[in-house]
Amino acid sequence: MSHHILEIKDLYFTYPDGTNALSGVSLKIFHGESVGITGANGMGKTTLLLNIGGHLLPTKGEISIGDITLSKKTRQDIRKKVGFVFQRTDDQLFMPSVYEDVAFGPINIGLSPDKVEERVKLSLEMVGCLHLINRPPHRLSEGQKRAVAIATVIAMNPDILIMDEPASNLDPRSRRQLINLLKGFEHTKIIASHDLDLILDVCERCIIIKDGKIVADGYTPNILSDKRLLEENSLELPLSIQGAYSHI
Amino acid sequence: MRFDSEYFNLGYLDTLSYKDTFIHRLDPRTKLLVTLIFIIFVVSNSKYEITKLIPFLIYPVFLLTSGNIPLRAVLKKILIISPFLIFIGIFNPIFDKRTIYMIIGIPISQGWISLFSIILKFILTVSSAILLIAVTSFPGICEALEKMKVPKILVIQLLFLYRYLFVLLEESLKIVRAREARSFGKRGKDIKTFTKILSVLLIRSLERAERIYQAMLSRGFKGEIHLLRKHSIGFNDIVFAASFLTIFYILKVYNIVNIFGEELKSIFF
Repeated sequence: MSHHILEIKDLYFTYPDGTNALSGVSLKIFHGESVGITGANGMGKTTLLLNIGGHLLPTKGEISIGDITLSKKTRQDIRKKVGFVFQRTDDQLFMPSVYEDVAFGPINIGLSPDKVEERVKLSLEMVGCLHLINRPPHRLSEGQKRAVAIATVIAMNPDILIMDEPASNLDPRSRRQLINLLKGFEHTKIIASHDLDLILDVCERCIIIKDGKIVADGYTPNILSDKRLLEENSLELPLSIQGAYSHI
Repeated sequence: MRFDSEYFNLGYLDTLSYKDTFIHRLDPRTKLLVTLIFIIFVVSNSKYEITKLIPFLIYPVFLLTSGNIPLRAVLKKILIISPFLIFIGIFNPIFDKRTIYMIIGIPISQGWISLFSIILKFILTVSSAILLIAVTSFPGICEALEKMKVPKILVIQLLFLYRYLFVLLEESLKIVRAREARSFGKRGKDIKTFTKILSVLLIRSLERAERIYQAMLSRGFKGEIHLLRKHSIGFNDIVFAASFLTIFYILKVYNIVNIFGEELKSIFF
């Protein structure tokens, strides 16, 4: 299905204070692909994601999803295709109950009340949180908040799922549950993270960003086992690969 | 640390509102309306009224007992707000010195009577407002306000206030703890650091507001928030409202305490 292709052409972004966050990023992501984006702190990962979600508009260059090119006018349409899971769950969950939070997006799309309820229950079931449906978000644990935050996004049936550090602040078991959940999704996924083991598990393709440019883009196991490349980018071999090497 | 306990206190009132009793199940509109009318009835009593006010305690007491709310929690909250009351009423006994009663030889001035009347009104209105939240939950009240055609923007503001109060407090708590950990007793606790902390908190809040707005936009926010309508007015609501409104009316028109007193007098003397 060609209409889900995400294409970024020579993207530049400069913040109002003059910081050049992105300087010439070009990439193509196809339908159903899982792409991990990594790199040192402050290299432009989040900026790139915010651009794709239409929260920031490119200073130069072009982003298009299917046949829509991102601009001030098409922002709303882009956002319907892109589900954005923010880094901090407290920013994402703003309604008084889990139900209302998950229903927020579907209602805004204009679905009928029955359809909304169906979507809410389905999404919560997918993330294994149906039992939390009437709870207030501020009374949930971080792992539960994360799962609900993902439910709020998949309730809108997005084509592309964008996540910024999805595994931060999670305990190992919640993290493992999240990884299994992500593996089960058929959406196109773009995940920015420093958790290289998570990227190795979930994404078949990995991109490393440095100083606003793509320095590596390829098959995840190849990239994440290249010790020199990783060290140049303030990264380390994923623990699972380190383990594999220590046996040899 | 004081701040910690205050934080958990606030959360406590919130916890209470998730109970499931007869009074919790009533439509928030009923409770809000009855409480508002109650407050109007109480406040409309004259400046020197005491005896007529006392029977009005029936309403907060009813909310307290039927909602299974611990008395201590409510009393604590009333105490916290009580300094305001002192400022309002403290000068009455000084300026209004006309004696109106003599009780066993001690002259009682109008000022003292009016101060006492203010205290009573304060306890009645504040306790019923606190109990209203404890038996309705804050989102419930917002739901009621929305249904009663209060401007949506105001309701949304209140909802966000409620949701992010906890987040803001948690953030302040973290800053306070971080300061505590490195201030070793006195240093670092002066007003200068405090103002700086406040400014950091403000900037963080603004940034958070921006992020929340982005999160809302990414889910198709166009200026409308739809609240869940969980409640509807039923038989219980009508009985609750009708009986309390009748009681308020009777208490306002007749001085029950006086009538009762006269009756007792006629029996014993």
